[in-house]
Amino acid sequence: MPKILEGIGCPYCGCSCDDIKVVVSDDGKKILEVENACAIGTEIFLQATSSDRITRPRLRQSDGSWKEISYPEAFDYAAKAIVAAKKPLIYGFGSTTCEAQREAARLMELGCGILDNCASICHGPSLIAHFDNGYPSCTLGEVKNRADVILYWGANPIHAHPRHMSRYAIYPLGFFKGNGFFERTVIVVDPRNTDTAGIADYYLQVKPGHDYELFNAFRMVIYGFEKELPEMVAGIPKQTILEVAGILKQAKFGVFFFGMGLTHTDGRNHNIDIAISLTRDLNQISKWSIMAMRGHFNVAGANRVWCWSYGFPYCLDLTKGNCAHMNPGETSTIDLANRDEIDLFINIGTDAAAHFPIDTVRHLKKHTWITIDPNMSMAAEIADLHIPVGISGVEVPGIVYRMDNVPIQYRKVVDMPEGMLSDEEVLSGIANKVEEILAQEKIGFSITNSHKKIIPAGP
Amino acid sequence: METVKMTLVQQPELFLECYSVTPDKFAGKSLAEIADLPAHEGKVQWKLGDFFKFEGKSGATAADTKIVVNGDVRRMKRFGQQMTDGEIVINSDADMYIGGWMRGGKITVKGNADSFLGIAMEGGEILIEGDAQNHVGSAYRGDWRGMSGGLIRVKGKAGNDIGTAMTGGTIIIEGDVFIHVLTHAEGGTVIIKGDVEGRVGGQLVKGDAYIFGNLLYPLPGYKMIGTVEKEVDGATYTFDQYIGDLGERKMTKKGEIIYGNIYLKK
Repeated sequence: MPKILEGIGCPYCGCSCDDIKVVVSDDGKKILEVENACAIGTEIFLQATSSDRITRPRLRQSDGSWKEISYPEAFDYAAKAIVAAKKPLIYGFGSTTCEAQREAARLMELGCGILDNCASICHGPSLIAHFDNGYPSCTLGEVKNRADVILYWGANPIHAHPRHMSRYAIYPLGFFKGNGFFERTVIVVDPRNTDTAGIADYYLQVKPGHDYELFNAFRMVIYGFEKELPEMVAGIPKQTILEVAGILKQAKFGVFFFGMGLTHTDGRNHNIDIAISLTRDLNQISKWSIMAMRGHFNVAGANRVWCWSYGFPYCLDLTKGNCAHMNPGETSTIDLANRDEIDLFINIGTDAAAHFPIDTVRHLKKHTWITIDPNMSMAAEIADLHIPVGISGVEVPGIVYRMDNVPIQYRKVVDMPEGMLSDEEVLSGIANKVEEILAQEKIGFSITNSHKKIIPAGP
Repeated sequence: METVKMTLVQQPELFLECYSVTPDKFAGKSLAEIADLPAHEGKVQWKLGDFFKFEGKSGATAADTKIVVNGDVRRMKRFGQQMTDGEIVINSDADMYIGGWMRGGKITVKGNADSFLGIAMEGGEILIEGDAQNHVGSAYRGDWRGMSGGLIRVKGKAGNDIGTAMTGGTIIIEGDVFIHVLTHAEGGTVIIKGDVEGRVGGQLVKGDAYIFGNLLYPLPGYKMIGTVEKEVDGATYTFDQYIGDLGERKMTKKGEIIYGNIYLKK
């Protein structure tokens, strides 16, 4: 008889919904049905037990073909590449567990490399703004139970976070908001008239790239300078700004959700910085919180684990061993790649080949490329070594951090195909091998001698 | 003043961190000792002598030491980092962090400089004869104190984040600038002789920006209060004076509210 598993976590977006019901076949090997998840989350569960999975590491041969190798052989290859590289880089972790992220930190500390996660190309600017200006945030539970004004700025949750509105922000019946949707005012600011904008009470179609000016205008109103406001700011009439500012000021508990519409337009961290300043200003007269709409289900986890370990959330340069340095623009994956500043790339729990600009991928492909991923992604297809792993959140249990930085223990739904390993086990295996090689090198030859490869300055 | 001439003989495969190239580190050392100073390429620690040949002689103190860097050092960062005195002349383009956390002395780059030029600089002078990239005289990530003293002059254009979180000193950009000038600043002066796209003085508590060219998208938080004559960089000009940022907290001095200023040349 099929088993019904309840309270399962969804391995898709930053909502990290943990109310999923999964029906598993008698033998516990096949996922038959998924309830409560959105269409995308459901598909991730159903694909997990498909028959075309790669279950053993593959090494690229000189003729371009793949050769199946064992996990220990893959660990050996990866460990030797890390030790030989002057500046190895491991990037990804959006779809891994915190346990794997901890092992990655151990690996890069041993291998003296760069540790970066998907925040580098999504909410990294938000993290920089948090350094600069603080982060007055709350949990999604508080949003559900208390919020009466919801502001989405540069975010389209209907498509990117399909259950955000129904589970947390707009529609749920909360403890102090028993009538759910009817007690909430929804404001959307976006240059595109999105489906989310379609359900808003107020939609402000801001001029692309001019969000900062609109924030400045709202802050002027809060500071009592509404008379000085120009007739039009960033494509929004003065009257609309005053009307919406009035709603912001009268909110009993307002929450400001922002997405990549703010983090990836000109100014980036400054857009979030001024949004945080506006939140702080509003807290002088009402109660407001701000929250980043994090993308993958555990992209926030890497930031938490590494902050706890090193004091920095992403773009960590560990090349000096135990002294961490972080400066996006210099130590961020795209910049390092474009400047040819790294000589080994490890992709894990994401698809850098699909997400990065093609020029960046070309730069990265000049050197060895290793992909650790359950899927046959673009990053796996162009890799020199592909190490398949179990799917975190479906086949591998572990801790994940939701977009509000609440940790959730994800449980296993089905077993991995026989003989496969998890991200954590793979990273741990490579780290152990690196330790072994370093111990041998201390006896045999120095690391510096193995790096005596210098290019002449030229004429 | 004694001069040490260092000439590039080998390029690094990746990028070399030349944090040892300061008059402070060179002063009082023989050429052999200078060639033994460390430099990092990724996780590999090299010696400066692995990449440069050295001639001349260093002074007894940093103030008496001048360093002349020859060769294409575009793949080398952190020249003059934390220097307190003396002089560095780089006869090439240079990479990131030129004069970062600098406290005194002078750096001249005869070409372009990359990002993070003079970040958190406290004193001294930097002259870039070409262009600069982003974060000129800004704060290091997470710090609320950017450049606090000294002078940065860029003869060409610059990117974004000029004087972010600046608290003192002067930045002069003789060409155009993209966005974010004096953002979050609490002091200091930025003079831009070219055009600026926008976002001048956003979240500005205190500080002065002088724009000689066109400011394409001024922020709404600035109000014109009159026309003034001011002496800027050795000459007197007439400016429209704007005060702001009206959407930011303000300090008071003797009961008077202190505003930031943007001066637009008439």
